[in-house]
Amino acid sequence: MSVLVYAENWDGKFKKLSYELVSYASSVAEMLKMDVVALTIGKADDDELRKLGNFGAAKIISLVSAQLTVLDNQAYAKVIADYALKEGSKVIIFSNNMTGKALAPRLSVKLKAGIGSGVSKLPLSLDPFTVYKRAYSGNAFAHVIIRSDIKILTLAQNSFDVIEKPTGAVPETAAIDIDGPLVKTTVTETHKQTGKILLTDADIVVSGGRGMKSPDNWAPLVELASLLNGATACSRPVSDEGWRPHEEHTGQTGKIIAPNLYLAIGISGATQHLAGISSSKYIVAINSDKDAPIFEAAQYGIVGDAMKVLPKLVEAVKNLKK
Amino acid sequence: MKILVCISNVPDTTTKIKFAEGNTSIDTSGIQWVINPWDELSLTRALELKDDASSGVKSVTVAHVGTAMSEPTIRKALAIGADDAIRINYNAPDAYSVAAQLAEAIKKEGFDIIMCGIESSDFNGSAVGGMISEFLGIPSVSSVSGLKIENGTPVLTREIDGGRESVKVPVPFVAVVQKGIAKEPRIASMRGIMTARTKPVRLYEPIAAESLTEIAGFEKPALRAACKYIDPENAAQLIELLQNEAKVI
Repeated sequence: MSVLVYAENWDGKFKKLSYELVSYASSVAEMLKMDVVALTIGKADDDELRKLGNFGAAKIISLVSAQLTVLDNQAYAKVIADYALKEGSKVIIFSNNMTGKALAPRLSVKLKAGIGSGVSKLPLSLDPFTVYKRAYSGNAFAHVIIRSDIKILTLAQNSFDVIEKPTGAVPETAAIDIDGPLVKTTVTETHKQTGKILLTDADIVVSGGRGMKSPDNWAPLVELASLLNGATACSRPVSDEGWRPHEEHTGQTGKIIAPNLYLAIGISGATQHLAGISSSKYIVAINSDKDAPIFEAAQYGIVGDAMKVLPKLVEAVKNLKK
Repeated sequence: MKILVCISNVPDTTTKIKFAEGNTSIDTSGIQWVINPWDELSLTRALELKDDASSGVKSVTVAHVGTAMSEPTIRKALAIGADDAIRINYNAPDAYSVAAQLAEAIKKEGFDIIMCGIESSDFNGSAVGGMISEFLGIPSVSSVSGLKIENGTPVLTREIDGGRESVKVPVPFVAVVQKGIAKEPRIASMRGIMTARTKPVRLYEPIAAESLTEIAGFEKPALRAACKYIDPENAAQLIELLQNEAKVI
C-alpha cells in the first residue's frame, strides 16, 4: 500500500510545484503510515529525478514510451491507473493544475476513486477520509468525505510548503509498452513563450486593472514585476479590452492563482476578481477610490493614483537592490 | 455533426453565500440561479459554429442533471439558441454520479462533440467532463480555449504552461473548455425567449448510480486582518513593510 504522487515534468525538469506536491504526499503518507511513490511520465534524467527524494519520496519511477510524447489524457490516465494498481496505491495525488485537472477525473472513473479536487490542507480526518477544499469560488471551504477505497486528491497550487525530508531513493526508469492506437491526440502547432515567469508559478504577481487608464501606461507595472522577479496579470475588463493578453486575466473565469504577494493596481476588486486571487498570502491594493472593495481583501493599501504611486514603488525596489 | 453542451445550474457569481442546516448546505433563499459561466461560453461557441453553415454542425443540444428546479436555467439555454435539451431528473450528490448520468444519456442519443466547462462555480470540482469521457471510453481534451471545424475536422486550441497548442482528436470526444472559447456569452433575444417555450426538453429518469464523495460541511474563509494604509506620498514605505513585516520580497 502506498501513496502515489504524479510528478509532472516539464521538458525533463521539475519545479517548486513538484516539490510542494511530493512534500504534501509524504505528509499524507505519514498520516496513513504508508510510503510515497513518485511517478513521472517522459524522460527526466537521474539527477533531476533524485531531487524528488529530497522531499520524502521513498520510490521514484520514470515511465517512458515513444508513444507518450504529447499529453493524451486517455493514454496517460491508463498508464497511471495501471501503475497505481500494481503498486496498491490507496491515495493518488496530482497538482490541481491543467494536467491534474485533465487526468484526475479519468482516473477517478477507471479506479472508482472519489476525488477531492483543489485541496489546500492535509486531510482533516482519516476515518471518514475528509478533505478541505475551496468551494463557491473562494466564498466558502467545504469538508468533503471520500468514501471509496482509493482516493484521488488534487492539491491547490502554492497551498502547501515544501518540507525537506531526504530519503536517498534511487530513481528507476522503465520503458512501457503502450498499445499505439490508444494515443489519439495529435498536436499540429505549438506556441510557447520561454524565459518568462509563468503567472501560475510566480511567487509575486503585479496586476493592473482599468484604473491603469490606458494600455500605454503599463511600462512601470511591467518594470515593477520584473524587478521583483514576478509575473504580470490583469483584471477581466483589461483583457476584454485587449489592453493585455487574455492569459494574464486572473479572476473567476480566468486564472486562479495563489502567490505569496499579489499587488492589485487600479483594480476595484469585484467578487469575480477576488475569486481568482483570494488565496494569495498577501494582497496589496493601490486604488484611487478609497471605497473600492479590494481594500477589504487587502492587508496593505494605498489610496492614490496608480500613475503617481507606481514610479515611487519602482524607485524603492531599485534602492532595495543597491 | 451534433454538439452537446453540458450545463450546470449555479448561484449567480455575485451571490453572498450563506449556509443552512448546521453549515451542511447553502441557504438558497434569494439566490438567483444561472448557467455556469464556462458552460454559457461553451454554448455560445457551439452556436457560433452552428451559425456557420460550412462547419457542418447541425444541432446544439444542452444536457443537465437536476430536478425541476433547474427548468428556468434550461429554458434560458434554449432561449439563447440551443435546439433542444435533455434533463436527467436527479439530485446528484457528487461529480461522479453527475457524470455517470450524463454518460448514459450520451450513449442513448449519440453526439460528436461534448462540451463541458472546466469547473462549476459552486463546487469547483473540475471533474465532470473528464469523467464523462472515461465512462464513454472516448478521448478528452482539457484546458480548451478554442474550437474550430476545418473541412469537417474539429481543431482545438489547448492551453499549456506558457502558451497554447493546436490539437486534433477523432470524434466523438469531450472538450473541457475554459476562458477564451468565446468572447462574450450570447444573450437571449426576444424571439429566442418566445421559441424556447416550445422547444423539446427530453426528460430521463436516472439510472442507478453510485456516489463516491459527500459534503460533510462548509466553513467561511478566514477573515483577513484589516488593511494597513500607507500614505501615497510615502509609497516607499510599502516596499519596506513587504520586506520586513510581511517578508514576501
